[in-house]
Amino acid sequence: MSTATISLDSKAPSGDIKDRWDNHRFDMKLVNPSNKRKFTVLVVGTGLAGAAAAATLAQLGYQVKCFTFHDSPRRAHSIAAQGGINGAKNYKNDGDSIYRLFYDTVKGGDFRARESNVYRLAQVSVDIIDQCVAQGVPFAREYGGLLDNRSFGGAQVSRTFYARGQTGQQLLLGAYQALMQQVALGRVEMHTKTELLDVVTKDGVCAGIVTRDLASGEVKSWSGHATLLCTGGYGNAFYLSTNAMNCNTTAIWRAHKKGALFANPCYTQIHPTCIPVSDEFQSKLTLMSESLRNDGRIWVPKNFDESRPADQIPEEDRDYYLERRYPAFGNLAPRDIASRAAKVVVDEGRGVGPLKNGVYLDFSESIGRLGADVVFERYGNLFDMYERITDEDPAKMPMRIYPASHYTMGGLWVDYNLMTTVPGLYALGEANFSDHGANRLGASALMQGLADGYFVAPYTVGDYLAGMLGQKPVSTDDPVFVEAEQGVRNEMHRWISIGGTKSPDYYHRELGKLVWDYCGMARDENGLEKALSEIPALREEFEKNVRVLGSPDGVNQSLEKVGRVADFFDLGELMCRDALTREESCGGHFRVEHQTEDGEAQRDDENFSFVSAWEWKEPGTPQELHKEPLVFEFVKPAQRSYK
Amino acid sequence: MNLTLKVWRQEGPNASGHFATYQASDVKDEMSFLEMLDVVNENLIEEGQEPITFDSDCREGICGTCSLMINGQAHGPQKGTTTCQLHMRKFHDGQTVTIEPFRAAAFPIVRDLMIDRSAFDAIIRAGGYITADTGAPRDANEIPVPKPAADTAMDAAACIGCGACVAACPNSAGQLFTSAKLAHLNLLPQGQSERWKRTEDMVETMEMFFGSCTNYGECQEACPKEIPIDFIALMNRDYLKAKFKNRKLLGQQV
Repeated sequence: MSTATISLDSKAPSGDIKDRWDNHRFDMKLVNPSNKRKFTVLVVGTGLAGAAAAATLAQLGYQVKCFTFHDSPRRAHSIAAQGGINGAKNYKNDGDSIYRLFYDTVKGGDFRARESNVYRLAQVSVDIIDQCVAQGVPFAREYGGLLDNRSFGGAQVSRTFYARGQTGQQLLLGAYQALMQQVALGRVEMHTKTELLDVVTKDGVCAGIVTRDLASGEVKSWSGHATLLCTGGYGNAFYLSTNAMNCNTTAIWRAHKKGALFANPCYTQIHPTCIPVSDEFQSKLTLMSESLRNDGRIWVPKNFDESRPADQIPEEDRDYYLERRYPAFGNLAPRDIASRAAKVVVDEGRGVGPLKNGVYLDFSESIGRLGADVVFERYGNLFDMYERITDEDPAKMPMRIYPASHYTMGGLWVDYNLMTTVPGLYALGEANFSDHGANRLGASALMQGLADGYFVAPYTVGDYLAGMLGQKPVSTDDPVFVEAEQGVRNEMHRWISIGGTKSPDYYHRELGKLVWDYCGMARDENGLEKALSEIPALREEFEKNVRVLGSPDGVNQSLEKVGRVADFFDLGELMCRDALTREESCGGHFRVEHQTEDGEAQRDDENFSFVSAWEWKEPGTPQELHKEPLVFEFVKPAQRSYK
Repeated sequence: MNLTLKVWRQEGPNASGHFATYQASDVKDEMSFLEMLDVVNENLIEEGQEPITFDSDCREGICGTCSLMINGQAHGPQKGTTTCQLHMRKFHDGQTVTIEPFRAAAFPIVRDLMIDRSAFDAIIRAGGYITADTGAPRDANEIPVPKPAADTAMDAAACIGCGACVAACPNSAGQLFTSAKLAHLNLLPQGQSERWKRTEDMVETMEMFFGSCTNYGECQEACPKEIPIDFIALMNRDYLKAKFKNRKLLGQQV
């Protein structure tokens, strides 16, 4: 694809922000009910976005084929989200509104998101809650039987709906059950243990996908009128993250290689409250819900050589650094700010725990104020989880926490219709870049996944399909599919034939260290330049020395892993290049060179108020940067202040 | 600590399996059980042997992907804990640890320790949902749910679908899984219209795959989410009622 053909037209409507989505919905073309079954839609991924989209499109009457690499759609990583989902219902009468959720999200994203998209997200947040309740999602209730809300992740209003510490699980099960109903009705063909390995285009339009059956090893093509990638984020580029072991970037990365631009890869969210790393064998990090910050106080010792246990350190020797630096928000400062503040004190040498790599999250004050029973009722399951992992009781000793990679705001560039730069190819949920700007607010990921899946894509995909009436999907015997399948097979044989000495996991871990050290919570020019020379060198060694045993026929977990690691190498490099190009600090992207005197992120709206969208070039050639300017008509950019 | 592992190896669904013995050395207390297996696998790869295939994903006890019979116990010795959340401090130096897949006719072995639990999806497909097509439902607060009902529904909905209940049951019965989903949906006001049909369809689908319940209670002991067998009683009651309920009268207040 040549540069000339790429247009970054956001297709965002104009006019009053409140009417944009309604007007756009009216302007979109409809497909006659009896024609809907003539269209095949491929949905890849069964998390909130994928399961919701597949179920809804099938309810509308489209033929849906749905794919997941899990053994059941219910296992997608949306299931691990703990805290809650935002909805601008204003049930608490505390001044919330759609406009306020819109405003908070644009501001929280550090003015790097598209206003039209964010407003739509806030608008449909209300419908999502209604939809989920109708499905039987067991949200927390008050004694009167009405829905309970809490304030979450630094919001000044209580707009977060939750189901204990398992909100993601319950929302996903709701979407999964709706999906399974459509499977039973014969409207969705469900393919589990089936992993996307290539996206196929013909004449620049998406024709379908190539998959591998993870149980039998069979490589197969699927064609459809439209393809939706709902495959999640790329946080595992850091190796250690709160993502599940199998989360990967392969689907969106292979789409990127087929012409879909990748936007803002350097916008990654580091969640402030995770259990610190305990040893080199660690395979993943565990998140402790952010809700803990509602009642826990974060501190480190004032002294650098503190050796007393936490409970013997007197008040005057403690530094409650968030309360000190951000008196208005204190322990509830937004995620990016809380994470960086923890890094500062640990880098100073005031970290706690055996490896001095954490900070305390202390419940003794709230236990004294509310009583142990109340605190335990609120956080009991989290206390248990912490104790299982660390063998320490948070009711007696403060928790030790430290930031970890958690969510990625970057992803495939999409327009207002959620279509990528490849016609017919869509990206939903965390796989796209669209709604969170440079930093996502707590309880907004579930909201966006379900908004895209239930309420946005079903309309916009229909608009695209309406123009294709009478067209058959490209046959899977077409040379474009045959070649793509052969490419996938060749690639697998190549990995197995290398016959090196180290496992794919070894290289993933080494890559993760580079990406974390140079493109983690704080980035600078020297480090990023260094990463850009070290990552390709490690990549070269990986290509020569990785060892994949066994055969491509049947289950082969090393073979699954090696392709994913290869894609993380490419992506890790692009993250660093994007971070290097963005000479400002915003949200989760903190460039050490760009900070205010008191260490806060310094945006440069004059020069960087745009979306970076990268175009894939040949291997070894750096991607080309395209820019989508961001215009703020309603929320005027200002420095985010939480003091 | 050093451990001796006896691990079930089986090349494919139709191959015959066997126990292979491996040494796990220098195991740290703070490792999770699956991290210990990760290290064993890396060593196997370095020695040129194919690594042990096992399922895992979230590693925080919520996705239900991991399994394993560890010394004959589903998810190992710690109560209310999935294998991924089990830590090696629960084992001691010199111990022999036997690792097998969850065994049940309804869960065929795919390879080594990996099993096929799609029978659970079949039960959900049969009726484990509340029909509510995406659209414009009424306002969420127009359906008040008494807190005790909401809380009990949530207790049941906490099931992660891992299959430990089946693996622990001498009859390989699927009652705890099925009853947990039925309790979640049947206890809520939104779930009433389809209650009787759902109950019949799910129970009868379950019986196509799984053994019968004879009240051993092993399932609730093994359940990593500690879901109680009270829900089985609720399911049995609803199944009995479903058999003579006149569904044309469903709209009436009872």
